[in-house]
Amino acid sequence: MSLAALRHLDRRWIFLGVALLVIVPLLFSFHIAPVLPSNRSRGFYDAIEKLPEGSVVLLSGDYDPGTSAENYPMHLAAVRQLMRRNMRIIALALYPAGPPLTDQVLRIAGEEYHKTQGVDYVNLGYKVGNELVMSQMGQSIPNTFPVDNRGVAVNTIPVMKGIQNFQQIRLIVDISAGYPGTKEWVQQVVSRYHVPMVAGVTAVSAPEYYPYLQAGQLHGLLGGMAGAAEYEVLVGAPGLATRGMDAQSLAHVFIAFMIVLGNLAFIAGPKKGNGR
Amino acid sequence: MKREIPIVITLVAGLFMLLAWFVPHPTVKAAYEGLQNWAIVVVGFTYVLGVANLLRINTRQVSRKERDWPYKMVLIAGLLVTMVVGFSEGNHYTDVDSRFQWIYRTFYSPMTATMFSLLAFFIASAAFRAFRIRSVEALLLAIAAFILMIGRVPLGAAIHPAIPAAADWLMEIPQNAAKRGILIGAALGVMATGIRVILGLEKTYGGGDS
Repeated sequence: MSLAALRHLDRRWIFLGVALLVIVPLLFSFHIAPVLPSNRSRGFYDAIEKLPEGSVVLLSGDYDPGTSAENYPMHLAAVRQLMRRNMRIIALALYPAGPPLTDQVLRIAGEEYHKTQGVDYVNLGYKVGNELVMSQMGQSIPNTFPVDNRGVAVNTIPVMKGIQNFQQIRLIVDISAGYPGTKEWVQQVVSRYHVPMVAGVTAVSAPEYYPYLQAGQLHGLLGGMAGAAEYEVLVGAPGLATRGMDAQSLAHVFIAFMIVLGNLAFIAGPKKGNGR
Repeated sequence: MKREIPIVITLVAGLFMLLAWFVPHPTVKAAYEGLQNWAIVVVGFTYVLGVANLLRINTRQVSRKERDWPYKMVLIAGLLVTMVVGFSEGNHYTDVDSRFQWIYRTFYSPMTATMFSLLAFFIASAAFRAFRIRSVEALLLAIAAFILMIGRVPLGAAIHPAIPAAADWLMEIPQNAAKRGILIGAALGVMATGIRVILGLEKTYGGGDS
């Protein structure tokens, strides 16, 4: 097949290439290259490590299963680190389909670190209202979330004792897929109440948060599955994201190769046409 | 009056919310909190409206057997079954072994993840078919894309440590500069729109012309 003929390559061959390069490394781990944590991931990790044990941390899981491949590993790793450091975790979600994922990571890590729901952590669940919820939490967290995800009154939950508003929160950990998420937490809470914050976000949205990171409004940032893998290495619990790095490495190389091949085919073909 | 009353309500509410941000007096704070509660209730009702609208449109299309009507029937059935199961389980819908959670894990979760994962296939296809380097700008974009794609995964550091360093530089300097410009522009736009809404110059929210 000549280069020019590639212009008419059936795109299903490309789909097959992507599928193989993703599935095979996930099934048989090759460990193509070691995962080296960046300063952004280290900032995320250090922000939690520097907190005194027993500090109150707000964990917002602002994503749903659509982006769980990227967000879930960082969410689980964050809960593991928080529980290892014996933090009091107040979890919530600003995505309607988020609470079950938060429940899952709290349950998995809770069993590993022998933590009890209600005593060491609480899942306040989902509340409609986006930025309004954040703003109202600044007035009163118990008024904003009168009951937790199970319907238990928050004023009877031991881990919520003494929690009124953001003044008692030592760190916000936001795992975000977009709106409402990291940007809104920074704008509504960090800039107003000066609560330190770290964020784990999808790769596609990560560039949006670099200004906040550079300005010091975010202390750390995990970008996509690569950021999650770096963080898993720091936490010492390599998991789903670390396993996915081989697949992601190969998929990225494949896409770069596709750009080159597409252009070579375009150059080799007739001068007129759109390269289809 | 149909035009003036909404404008006056917007003016008063907008100015009050703006001032309440800076006034810590308990009375102002209580009113501020009350208005936010109202807004949350209103936003909550938009969900009900959304469900009602979705049912209305799709049931009509199914009854008329319009294009793709079997899919719309699946949509309606999925919505109603999930709602009935969720409500019937009350506060236990969050339990690991609840039927609602089974629906979430078995249907909702894999289906939404599948939709997002399709991006990988379309990006690869678009890279081959549409990313044409016809100009210097396109060449710069392609070089930046290569550096970022390889530099953002562990393979980049394994090839050469300069690749992730170059990717970081691209993200932290040129990308950040552009992003800041966009953010500042958007913030100014939001402020200008807010002032226009409060002053009654922007009336599209009421269904009229601006």
